[in-house]
Amino acid sequence: MSMMLRGLMGACAMTALAVPAMAETLTIATVNNGDMIRMQKMTKPFTDANPDIELEWVTLEENVLRQRVTTDIATKGGQYDIVTVGNYEVPIWAKQGWLAPLEDMGADYDADDILPPIRDGLSLDGKLYAAPFYGESAMIMYRKDLMEKAGLEMPERPTWDFVYDAARKMTDKSAEVYGICLRGKAGWGENMAFLTSMAASYGAPWFDMEWKPQFSGEAWKKALTDYVTIMTEAGPPGASSNGFNENLALFQTGKCGMWIDATVAASFVSNPEESTVADKVGYALAPEGAKPQMWLWAWTLAIPSSTDAPDAAKKFVAWATSKAYTEQVAAAEGWANVPPGTRTSLYENPEYQKAAPFAKPTLDSIMSADLKNPTTVEVPYIGTQWVGIPEFQALGTAVGQQFSAALAGQASVEQALQMAQQIAEREMAKAGYPK
Amino acid sequence: MARKISDTRRWGFTILAWGVALLIFFPILWTILTSFKSEADAIASPPKFLFFDWTTENYAEVQSRSPYFRHFLNSVIISVGSTLLGLLIAIPAAWSMAFQPAKRTKDLLMWMLSTKMMPAAGVLIPMYLLFRNWGLLDTRFGITVVLMLINLPIITWMLYTYFREIPSEILEAARMDGASLKNEILHVLTPMAVPGIASTLLLNVILAWNEAFWTLNLTTSQAAPLTTFIASYSSPEGLFYAKLSAASTMAIAPILILGWFSQKQLVRGLTFGAVK
Repeated sequence: MSMMLRGLMGACAMTALAVPAMAETLTIATVNNGDMIRMQKMTKPFTDANPDIELEWVTLEENVLRQRVTTDIATKGGQYDIVTVGNYEVPIWAKQGWLAPLEDMGADYDADDILPPIRDGLSLDGKLYAAPFYGESAMIMYRKDLMEKAGLEMPERPTWDFVYDAARKMTDKSAEVYGICLRGKAGWGENMAFLTSMAASYGAPWFDMEWKPQFSGEAWKKALTDYVTIMTEAGPPGASSNGFNENLALFQTGKCGMWIDATVAASFVSNPEESTVADKVGYALAPEGAKPQMWLWAWTLAIPSSTDAPDAAKKFVAWATSKAYTEQVAAAEGWANVPPGTRTSLYENPEYQKAAPFAKPTLDSIMSADLKNPTTVEVPYIGTQWVGIPEFQALGTAVGQQFSAALAGQASVEQALQMAQQIAEREMAKAGYPK
Repeated sequence: MARKISDTRRWGFTILAWGVALLIFFPILWTILTSFKSEADAIASPPKFLFFDWTTENYAEVQSRSPYFRHFLNSVIISVGSTLLGLLIAIPAAWSMAFQPAKRTKDLLMWMLSTKMMPAAGVLIPMYLLFRNWGLLDTRFGITVVLMLINLPIITWMLYTYFREIPSEILEAARMDGASLKNEILHVLTPMAVPGIASTLLLNVILAWNEAFWTLNLTTSQAAPLTTFIASYSSPEGLFYAKLSAASTMAIAPILILGWFSQKQLVRGLTFGAVK
């Protein structure tokens, strides 16, 4: 056999052996938001350190992502190696065995640095099932100039009554300035996120300990009446179709006096490139009723148990949610742009405190959120602005449609609550509660 | 006098036609305009029509973030592939139903159409499991076959209506001259039905190009067409209209140009036989 032929055969054999050892591709499903898009652009240090791992991004709109990832994970399709999920899904999916536990994340990962309310929400039986990429709570963003004009001073954490009073005084409908902007668009992650947490602050839970819906109670009636009244008197027109983005646009164009929503909005309204009121925004903690309004959301990275590359996936998750990544973003784009709300060390960092005026209210809001005790009475579920049961997505949206109709004036508050009660009773009976 | 009235009427109809056309085209025009705005201008109230700072930064951002060409290529392969595959099956099927009808042909046609009435979400999980088991998830072949199956009833129905317009005597004459079945379909029927086949082809390419349920659910990255490309630019938190509009414009541009150049074929095909 000639040398040439022998050499060629050897090369073939080497190639055949080398194929399995070649680059492993991680398919990562993610949502389209600023922090996630930034991460896609900043993966070079990771791919440089791990030349055997290639990253394939699948960015999808939140609802499409949820449907797509749920289908794949539930059928063990194995299409994704890493998925972006919310803290609502993590305990439910972990219980089903759909997610791989995140243990041994490396020596310098420091899981104890993760903010306790966030870490607890992502754990089942003491094991972490998802790593938080960014966390958020709710707070009040308000126009300091309008507040001053109204002759009021915003306390650190106002009462609901103060908020309503200020909203009325700040409203100037002839100048298209509305005292308060709140979510009205129907959906479990839209108006029901706000109303669930607002009602909980009034002492109104979704269910009692026997899983009986509570919409016929007095607390719900008071919460929903106050919401509809203030939005009619001091809210923008067409509020029943306003979600996060619509309110963001209204606030940025100077049409809202106050806006109570997710803390992530603070970085948008304070950005002079897109907000006309960037230098006039003040921040306060979410209002207080019988209990403070609580809100806790985290976008997390989790590894489906159906992945065929669990080790590489874990490596990436550890990198993307590490302190080192935060520092990398800070070096490239400034401290105000690092993913917020996940690590204690970030809030202790003086540079971050200086760059992000909303850092303290964000941290305080997150730390005060208690997933297990969202309201004044004991409840059988976890969740502040959602209820941690699989049925909540459908149920929350159905109830949200009733409340949106009440805001639009198509139904009275009593009718909306009665319908909500009927829908919830029917759905819970169908799902077999109490379990 | 009579001439004047007809002139007025002609002008009236022309203006009406342009008005309706503009109304129908307006959403697309608005999308294209929005794609050249900044995110802040895109949500400005009152809306800015033409007087804003024109920018192409959205296109640059979309180009840098997504592999547009891969999605575009997938869209072309999937839509053209599924249509050609569909025609291959539908032409003989429509021929047999148009020229050799049996007692139950009408029922068969109705049954075929009824499959279109099933909500797609209802069969998502079984389909997903089949795809998983056969290793077809995120493959161009898999999604092409699915889109072909989905559009097959429409292709067959359209071709059936066109074929019915062709006098069967011509086919009989071909047969008398000794043409085989293959030659009859290939050399006699098909050339006569070219306008019909062309419009069926175009319509199905458009349908497959726009299909957003199965393409979103059965593809992930390698086989993902332009629908997934668009879906990645919508966001529940943050402003996205300008970038989404840029992505949409890039996604619809090829099909818009195709439709523009082939509108004669489309109209002729759709009104085929109407004036006979």
